[in-house]
Amino acid sequence: MNTLVREMRGAFAFIERNINLIKRYWGWELVWLIYSLVNSLAVTYIGAGMERISGQALDTQYLITYLLVGTLIWSYLSVIFYSISEMIAWERWEGTIEYTFMAPVSRLTHLVGTTLFAIVYGVLRTLVILVIVASFFRLDLSGANIPGAVLLLLAGSVSFVGLGILAAVLPLLYPERGVQMTNAAAAILLLISGVYYPVEILPGWLQVIASASPATYVIKGMRACLLHGESTRALISTVLFLIGAGIAVIAMGLLTFHRVERYAKRAGRLKRSG
Amino acid sequence: MSTPALELNQVCKVFTKKERDKTKARFAPKKREKVIALDDVSLSVNRREIFGVLGPNGSGKSTLIRLLSTLLIPDKGTIRVFGHDVEKEEFAVKRLINRVSVDAAFFKKFSPLENLTYAARLYGMPMREAREKMRQIMLRLGLKEETFNQPMEHMSRGMQQKVAVARGFLTSPTLLLLDEPTTGLDPHSKRDVQGFVRQIRAEHDATILLTTHDMEEADRLCDRIAIIDEGKIIALDTPKGLKELVSKRNGHEPTLEDVFIELTGKKMEEKEAE
Repeated sequence: MNTLVREMRGAFAFIERNINLIKRYWGWELVWLIYSLVNSLAVTYIGAGMERISGQALDTQYLITYLLVGTLIWSYLSVIFYSISEMIAWERWEGTIEYTFMAPVSRLTHLVGTTLFAIVYGVLRTLVILVIVASFFRLDLSGANIPGAVLLLLAGSVSFVGLGILAAVLPLLYPERGVQMTNAAAAILLLISGVYYPVEILPGWLQVIASASPATYVIKGMRACLLHGESTRALISTVLFLIGAGIAVIAMGLLTFHRVERYAKRAGRLKRSG
Repeated sequence: MSTPALELNQVCKVFTKKERDKTKARFAPKKREKVIALDDVSLSVNRREIFGVLGPNGSGKSTLIRLLSTLLIPDKGTIRVFGHDVEKEEFAVKRLINRVSVDAAFFKKFSPLENLTYAARLYGMPMREAREKMRQIMLRLGLKEETFNQPMEHMSRGMQQKVAVARGFLTSPTLLLLDEPTTGLDPHSKRDVQGFVRQIRAEHDATILLTTHDMEEADRLCDRIAIIDEGKIIALDTPKGLKELVSKRNGHEPTLEDVFIELTGKKMEEKEAE
């Protein structure tokens, strides 16, 4: 019982710390929110302009919703990915990495706190973007299966937590270049996961890689729910697959993190700066 | 006989440094160079002892502290903290220790209270108890109440270091590791910190390991002192015992500075410049 209470306090330390970081770096937060919002609008306007670009009659409403779903889901998943992958990077920037790593708190607790924060923060941030972007376009989601979409999104979050842990290893291994490597990993996921286009238009070899990205299944399933009203029952296999894959990726992430942490301790890489 | 607070047995730590060979082409592989940080170090620290480790920069003091803090893994030898092996029983060790390092590592935009709250949660402390303790310790260290909520980045180096000391004592560690805690402090702040160290030892059942290159501080605070140079312990005794190693010169009682010069053949400042 004592251990559980102690670990819960430890997990809350990371939640509270991240809330404080948002409060103290509110300027960054605002800039980042505006960037995401403008990016979502810019991408969605491509759908609105396709009829003019191609000179042919198109279902513009469908295109707008198609792109909006992609951009919002990516916004949410990338927040989860970055929040977790930056759990080490923040410590390096602030110079607190040694203090946090010598504290009697398990890496699992560290992760649980970071993940809970990331999911709540990701949902709130995406909702803000959705409300603002929706005011620019006439969206018709009357036939959408919203509960199914939420279920799918939560299931997809599990995998992104695992990918975030794997990416968090990079700043641990490479104090100077780790964060840039994390950005590159996110960019590759964006390319291959069918965020703005169907993965079927990618070259064959990229489609093979796309099949390994959990975001591919989340985004495809979300579009089926929101654009075609696919039933929750039909999504069950995808949801179970995503949860199973997520658990496997998290286990792999934790194991990798543990090994890399040991390596960092042997090689003296838990330095302050980077 | 009771278990020593700290036991190091033939501990070695070597780092590998990669350096570009200037005589070779720019993209040629970097040459690896081994740096011996600790070389066959053995020592034992008794409970409730203030044990000093005296040596110039680069002598291995901080490596020793990092090994005890579980931030590094020794290449050879064993380290036990109150009978717990730092590598095999990492969590048991982490619960017993805390550390104050030479550069106060904090979330710079957070206030002292926010930083200390983060630390208290990481160590699983109940917040009601922690809040009262934070206040008491900071006031005892001479910090004014109006500074408790101001961002750390607006505080002087001395004030930041006092908050670091408060953080180290907050969790009531059984073994406190002080890594040059007064370096760069003004004489008044230095006295505050040194007085607090003595008070903690007198009032609590704490063992303190203090690394410093301040000879006077070591002489004033420590029960025993190890002089370390180039990763090796070259002398270990009480301040009085160390001074007895050196004969009277110029009619004055020898100081620890004289001892250091006698044993290493160099002045501390020369060693620092190397």
